[in-house]
Amino acid sequence: MMTLRLGYVPLIDAAPLIVAQELGFAAEEGLAFDLVRLGAWAQARDMLGAGLIDAAQMLVPMPVGQALGLGPALPAMDLVMFLSHGGQAVAVNRDLERRLRGAGHDFAFNDARAAGEAVRAAVTGRLRVGVPFPLSTQSELVRHWLSACGLAAGELDLVTVPPPMMADAMARGDVDAFCVGEPWASVAVERGVAALLLPGTAIWAAPPEKGLVLLRDFAEARTSETGALMRAVWRAGRWLDDPDHRCTAAEILSRPAYLNLPPELAERGLTGRMTISGNGELRDTPGFLAFNAGGASFPWKSLAALFAHRIAARHGLDPQTAASRAMARFRTDLYRQHLRPAGAPLPGASQRVEGALPQDRSVAAERGGMILRADAFFDGFTFDPASAN
Amino acid sequence: MSKRLLIVVVEPDPERAQPIAEGLRDAGDHDIRIIAEQSGLARQVADLRPDVVLIDIANPSRDILEELALASGPSERPVAMFVDRSDEGLTRAAIEAGISAYVVDGLRPERLKPVLDAAIARFHIFQQMRAELAATRAALEERKIIDRAKAVLMKARGIDEEAAYALLRKTAMDQGKRLADIAQQLVMAAGLLGR
Repeated sequence: MMTLRLGYVPLIDAAPLIVAQELGFAAEEGLAFDLVRLGAWAQARDMLGAGLIDAAQMLVPMPVGQALGLGPALPAMDLVMFLSHGGQAVAVNRDLERRLRGAGHDFAFNDARAAGEAVRAAVTGRLRVGVPFPLSTQSELVRHWLSACGLAAGELDLVTVPPPMMADAMARGDVDAFCVGEPWASVAVERGVAALLLPGTAIWAAPPEKGLVLLRDFAEARTSETGALMRAVWRAGRWLDDPDHRCTAAEILSRPAYLNLPPELAERGLTGRMTISGNGELRDTPGFLAFNAGGASFPWKSLAALFAHRIAARHGLDPQTAASRAMARFRTDLYRQHLRPAGAPLPGASQRVEGALPQDRSVAAERGGMILRADAFFDGFTFDPASAN
Repeated sequence: MSKRLLIVVVEPDPERAQPIAEGLRDAGDHDIRIIAEQSGLARQVADLRPDVVLIDIANPSRDILEELALASGPSERPVAMFVDRSDEGLTRAAIEAGISAYVVDGLRPERLKPVLDAAIARFHIFQQMRAELAATRAALEERKIIDRAKAVLMKARGIDEEAAYALLRKTAMDQGKRLADIAQQLVMAAGLLGR
């Protein structure tokens, strides 16, 4: 049995790593996972860079930032598969909640346009929004959503707040709103300081959230362990996508060694049954969090390009160079090589127009067909890596 | 004579912050500030404009400092900081010791090294203490499990404590397993059987 050390941050989307170990998907591949709970995203990056862990759960834009030279000088890091899509929620503080309700907003939790315009009308001065990390899917979601709803860049302050501190930051008045991965939005609702306004999937139907990241040297030199790791995690994701398994997953994740929270809190995001306010209002949100379903784990190079373009624009870097550097870090080749034997559906191409699927669509795959999940943005935005270059 | 360095240590626990500050004072004539409160951390650090910021690698507040390091341009960046790029070996030693260093752009490596060396030495001591504490806790947990396993055996087989312990130990030796693992299995099985 070969032991691999994996770093994870306590969030419900760490589930594929934890479930792979707990339910024997790792053992099936001859692996034991030594799961190291991390306190900060920067810690995941640095420990991976120093070789203190073999692989890490990371925010998808983090390896993009490394490719663009925005992080510390560490060995090259590659994203070999996505671990999850979605799982984020946007929340507002009680004061903003009152103003939004006063202006007639219904907190339907599914209409990003209505919510965004209501927020824009309700705020006076700058809107301070907490995100877990400067390079995060949350940060991209919030920027995209609010700018599409007419909020000028100068009216928005994004503030980095570590997820476990999100509720405190809101209670102290440091932020007016936040976008964070579960269970931390639900924790703030439970503490009575926040109301949930939108799931991340209402802004972008398939926002890639976490990825499995390895050092390139490791992935290329230790191919058999890399393949075994990817297959174990992929099978755990497939198990997790069965709705009947989500409550069991919540029980496992909530254990003291992992999230150390009441299972009921982890269950909300995993089942998509969200309690959005202190009054106990429920909103069923199908597809709130996906692991493998609809090809979610395939690391499209076009998504690397999309994040690279946006990040490069903010940092004054050349978008074309940034996109090509980032695309080289998303290893669709390793995904095909290692997951083909496990029977993972493999799309014919490795890049596509992002945001082009308003509904799930059946497409041709390497063998037979596969279903790709809907990935539209609420405002119809699309990104074509070919014409962007 | 080069100017004194302003070193900020972000550490909420005074029992950890003090020894780090002392270690740094021994390393040279520096101005050392401790920030314990994470609220408004980015603002506090930006206002101080330090040369070096030291923080535990696992401190969630690190991600707040990343925001400063990533601010869009030197003119807008309140403090131009990056995890040290100057010396790969030193960076690695710091990460291994559990410490992150954010360093102002342009700080010469020979000025940084003694500071980091001193911090690394202190953090190694913390790591040892943490490992010892974890080992003590684990031993305590194991004792508890073994006691429960003994109680299960005593009740089920009507034997005394000494005999129950001997039986556990013999089983562990026969199976080539640790006593605590056998005890854990027994307690779990008893739980399943509702005993």
